[in-house]
Amino acid sequence: MSQPNPLLETPEPLLEIKGVNSFYGKIQALRTVDLSVHRGEIVTLIGANGAGKSTLMMTICGKPPCRDGTIRFDGRDIHALPMHEIMRLGIAQSPEGRRIFGRMSVLENLQLGAFLTDPHHFEEDLERVLQLFPVLKERSGQRGGTLSGGEQQMLAIARALMGRPKLLLLDEPSLGLAPLIVKQIFSILKELNRTQNLTVFLVEQNAWHALHLAHRAYVMVNGRITLSGKGSELLEKEEVRAAYLEGGQ
Amino acid sequence: MEYFLQQLINGVTLGSIYGLIAIGYTMVYGIIGMINFAHGDIFMVSSFISLIVFLALLSLGLTFIPLALFLVLVISMVITAAYGWTVERLAYRPLRDSFRLAPLITAIGMSIVLQNYVQIAQGARVKPLPPIIKGSYTLMEHDGFIVQISNMQIIIILTTLILMLGFSWLISRTSLGRSQRACEQDRTMAALLGVNVDRTISLTFVIGAALASVAGFMYLLYYGVIDFYIGFVAGIKAFTAAVLGGIGSLPGAMLGGLIIGLIETFWSAYFSIEYKDVAAFATLAIVLIFMPSGLLGKPEVEKV
Ligand SMILES: Nc1ncnc2c1ncn2[C@@H]1O[C@H](COP(=O)(O)OP(=O)(O)OP(=O)(O)O)[C@@H](O)[C@H]1O
Ligand SMILES: [Mg+2]
Repeated sequence: MSQPNPLLETPEPLLEIKGVNSFYGKIQALRTVDLSVHRGEIVTLIGANGAGKSTLMMTICGKPPCRDGTIRFDGRDIHALPMHEIMRLGIAQSPEGRRIFGRMSVLENLQLGAFLTDPHHFEEDLERVLQLFPVLKERSGQRGGTLSGGEQQMLAIARALMGRPKLLLLDEPSLGLAPLIVKQIFSILKELNRTQNLTVFLVEQNAWHALHLAHRAYVMVNGRITLSGKGSELLEKEEVRAAYLEGGQ
Repeated sequence: MEYFLQQLINGVTLGSIYGLIAIGYTMVYGIIGMINFAHGDIFMVSSFISLIVFLALLSLGLTFIPLALFLVLVISMVITAAYGWTVERLAYRPLRDSFRLAPLITAIGMSIVLQNYVQIAQGARVKPLPPIIKGSYTLMEHDGFIVQISNMQIIIILTTLILMLGFSWLISRTSLGRSQRACEQDRTMAALLGVNVDRTISLTFVIGAALASVAGFMYLLYYGVIDFYIGFVAGIKAFTAAVLGGIGSLPGAMLGGLIIGLIETFWSAYFSIEYKDVAAFATLAIVLIFMPSGLLGKPEVEKV
């Protein structure tokens, strides 16, 4: 489980970030970030509040744009493309704060998730995600804004899956969820990764869960990657335990 | 009673025209949160385009009137849509990330430019067009008073009805409509799902202008006179209608248009024609006191 399937591994990573700097106006949020995600991997990024994790997620998608460095996805340079064209290449994100369309129904949110896919797949994909998140089925006519926080989180993940991404970006999928639901979501991710070889890059506060789930992990401090390695290795490291685990799980 | 019925028919006709223009205001407001002050003038330009295209087709020897009118409508919609697109490109997009009032000022600038352009190109005097669609049905007759609905009124009301139904379907049921609403609510999220936000905003202006051009076409045929200033007057009324119905709400714009049309007509009929605008604006003020977000506008209550 800790190694990606060697048959599907290509020499070039699916996502490769090299020397990326990113700014909000004059404030620098990312400092020469190097990071890669291979096909079929689950990679996690952990770090304190304000470290720059969400910024990295959004920079991959084009906003804020990276000022220096390169971002390659699936064999293409993507750092100069506008956001909607980057997403077209097969990236989906469940962003920080979930960003559910509150005035649209659950079904419409999912339809929007499938905006880029062939409409012929829609019914099949819908069936698939509703099986993963049965709550959403009961609520399909309800307005997104009236769902509970946890339900919204599930909807955000389901919406991202509707896009049939090659790479799934998840920004704190466990935020605000009951421990049981967190477990459930993480096991869904593990399952999707195992059965469908879905590549996942996730940001987590919940480092214990994330490091157990992930094949590899990175630690970010003040916009810099300070540590990286196998999830299980980082779990052992003293500095990781002290900063992100003690008192957590 | 007969008099009342007649005014009702006239009011609904006028309200239809206002409603079609009001949709353009409300859609643009919905997606970029700003009033497109050039929209009334887009309507005015479209009525001139209709007139010019119609006369051109006649002089080219096209005398089969239904076909000519159909062609006029299609050509006018296309050209007017191009005007709408241009307004967005010139007055709004370059200022998208600027301070809030900047695009407002450029939009007013566009409005003045369009008015002056038409005034110079077409002259300041009114342009007449003899009635083309004639005939009417007598619905009832009583004590010498006749209630009539003209063919033109039937066309206006039916066209508006069909357009609004089609348009509501477009917005609520199609992928284009969904991405349009997605951009209204959260542009970044829409882009994260692959929606081309710039193109969607352009399309909103284009659709709004196309609907206004239908209104401009019908206005020309119904009233038979146009000048460079009709955009200002009709624009303000349609804007009032949009706010009355709840700016940002499509059913609201349609309802608001209808109400403003009815108020104006009935006020002119029963009280005084000079004060019809006062009546319309006073209604707006009263409604806003009790329902600050308009009749069908929804105050935002959302979980974040
Ligand atoms: N839109 C913005 N404008 C200006 N500064 C920003 C903006 N968004 C984030 N920042 C700053 O960039 C830095 C990184 O923020 P980011 O949201 O990436 O952190 P994070 O690691 O995701 O934190 P958290 O765990 O709290 O979500 C922070 O110092 C933050 O204040
Ligand atoms: Mg964050």
